[in-house]
Amino acid sequence: MTTQAEHRMPPASPPAEAGLLPSAEPVRFLDDDGAAAPGDAHGRYERPPSELLRRAYDAMVLGRRFDAQATALTKQGRLAVYPSSRGQEAGEIGAVLALRETDWLFPTYRDSMALIARGIDPVEALTLLRGSWHCGYDPMATRTAPQCTPLATHAPHAVGVAYAARRRGEDTVALVLIGDGGTSEGDFHEALNFAAVFHAPVVFLVQNNGFAISVPLSRQTAAPSLAHKGVGYGVRSERVDGNDPLAVLAVLNDAVESARAGGGPVLVEAHTYRVEPHTNADDDGRYRDHDEVETWKRRDPIARLEAHLRAAGELTDDDVAAARSAAEEYAADVRKRLGEEATGDPAELFAHVYASPTPQLREQAAWLAEELAR
Amino acid sequence: MTVTMGKALNAALRDAMREDETVLMFGEDVGPLGGVFRVTDGLTAEFGEDRCFDTPLAEAGIVGLAVGMAMNGFRPVVEMQFDAFAYPAFEQIASHVAKMRNRTRGAVGLPMVIRVPYAGGIGGVEHHSDSSEAYYAHTPGLKVVTPATVADAYSLLREAIADPDPVVFMEPKKLYWAKDEVSLPVRTSPFGTAEVRRPGTDATLVAYGPAVPVALEAAAAAEAEGRSLEVVDLRTLVPFDDATVASSVRRTGRCVVVAEATGFASVSAEIAARVQERCFHSLWAPVLRVTGWDVPFPPPVLEKYQLPGVDRVLDTVERLQFDDAPDPRFLVAR
Ligand SMILES: Cc1ncc(C[n+]2csc(CCOP(=O)(O)OP(=O)(O)O)c2C)c(N)n1
Ligand SMILES: [Mg+2]
Repeated sequence: MTTQAEHRMPPASPPAEAGLLPSAEPVRFLDDDGAAAPGDAHGRYERPPSELLRRAYDAMVLGRRFDAQATALTKQGRLAVYPSSRGQEAGEIGAVLALRETDWLFPTYRDSMALIARGIDPVEALTLLRGSWHCGYDPMATRTAPQCTPLATHAPHAVGVAYAARRRGEDTVALVLIGDGGTSEGDFHEALNFAAVFHAPVVFLVQNNGFAISVPLSRQTAAPSLAHKGVGYGVRSERVDGNDPLAVLAVLNDAVESARAGGGPVLVEAHTYRVEPHTNADDDGRYRDHDEVETWKRRDPIARLEAHLRAAGELTDDDVAAARSAAEEYAADVRKRLGEEATGDPAELFAHVYASPTPQLREQAAWLAEELAR
Repeated sequence: MTVTMGKALNAALRDAMREDETVLMFGEDVGPLGGVFRVTDGLTAEFGEDRCFDTPLAEAGIVGLAVGMAMNGFRPVVEMQFDAFAYPAFEQIASHVAKMRNRTRGAVGLPMVIRVPYAGGIGGVEHHSDSSEAYYAHTPGLKVVTPATVADAYSLLREAIADPDPVVFMEPKKLYWAKDEVSLPVRTSPFGTAEVRRPGTDATLVAYGPAVPVALEAAAAAEAEGRSLEVVDLRTLVPFDDATVASSVRRTGRCVVVAEATGFASVSAEIAARVQERCFHSLWAPVLRVTGWDVPFPPPVLEKYQLPGVDRVLDTVERLQFDDAPDPRFLVAR
């Protein structure tokens, strides 16, 4: 069954890595104002279908409103903390729209917007950030892993889930979201390497938003781009203008379908920007210029998509109004349902540590119950 | 038949893989080589490279891959090559393996086993002899198991693989070659039960893993000197069998914990605390411990001074105030 391993000197000229390297410039369809930009370098991508762009538009408008509502709720003490993804809507929504229901999403703490785009109830999605001990939704039912906080540690899980599915002959893909800072963590590299060696259908989407809390990208890497990190592992990589929804959708769809078709893992770097502070508790004036934020706000992904769709005659004033009012309704519902103090049953603390509690946990549960009964 | 612990572990893996095709074995050199201790010998040949395979050399990646596969229908068993080489995986173990069920409110269980050859006694060089059980036992959500007998090695590993929760399976590497008469497959008592390996009346020696044979040898030697020592083998550190330990100590009235790991903030410290909480009124002397000194494990030249041996155990037993004299080491000057 097992063949003896072979080890040879490499050929004089190694096979070209060109097929793995990202394009020299990030893939873009739109310029900063939403007008058509010159085509992508590979010529490999097509404008996503209009119907998909319309769905993306509605979801991005909704996502942004939800995100603003969540930030507002921190001020009223209804959320313990909230890391905003405002300005990253193209990546958040694009990642979800590229996936089928049967695919898996591995989000971080920043990706609440992606959770609701995936159809997870917003109150469930915000459970963790409300300060609860659990993620709030059922990862098995939603095929969405709990939001991961220890940076990049969920990346090897995505590889495992994808590889497991492939082993059973399923065509499931796993997409894992990572920040620019997270690419410095060892688990990111181990995950890329494992994905390549096991040919696992995983898409790594690095949302390079310029900062890891206060630390700029220049302190994370000296590589030409984060996408270049794929080639050393044999992972095909791509760079995309992360604020260009057409480009993000085109590249992610291509990446997901290529992984699904057996092409192995793909690494995508989306160049974007964190226009809000790291979280509501951060003071970004200590480490960046406001001018820089303003420059990036002018590359707003929603405005760019809106301009493009209007110019194409695929979005009317009524459509825009409808999207906004749906978003308002959604936000009002979130506001109302998060109006009450988060509660929890302390007895449940002992319930899910193991499939069934150890004698020691039963004992401690009884002690706590006794204390509460006094 | 005569079986070594290594062979019993190998048989447990083989039988589990035969019974359930979702059971996988992977790690470093576990494929054609059969693992550096040969515990996975022949598994790739029998089950193919899909079921028992080598991975890239990266422990966090190995454990992380296992997490994902356990989330998606498999029961992975992974081998950490040596105790101290599991540390790169510690973040995966502490933040994900241990917490996944809890942080998903019970929705995602991880039926996986992390096998860790551990502890000293085989003349290993630096970084090959750590007793790392306290790190795992201290982490809620993990079960921590360590066999001391050949039969337990088989049975506890089978139980670990079948368990719905993640199990850190600590294999005392100096016992890999220990032999016993066992007919496999064998089933011993389940997780959470300690075993009285030798009954006695004067004092209880509580031990686990590599310290169990030491405690038994000490008890045999003590008998010659007229002391009757009971030996309790914990078998599983988590869940812990308070009942068996406490009932033994209540009967004997004296207790020494024997462990190879360093003593400070250790499993042996936990055992001593639990015994005094439960047995205070039955104790004739303070609970004492024989552990490794609180120093980094000294590789083979000085190893014999680090490992708790029979003499040190017997010396400690004699400090249990049989003639009503307190241990002078613990007297505070007034
Ligand atoms: C292993 C680990 N180290 C440190 C932290 C603390 N931390 C939380 S977010 C963050 C910055 C992450 O930056 P990046 O990966 O770029 O993601 P972003 O927040 O920009 O989305 C840090 C350092 C952590 N969560 N995990
Ligand atoms: Mg960042």
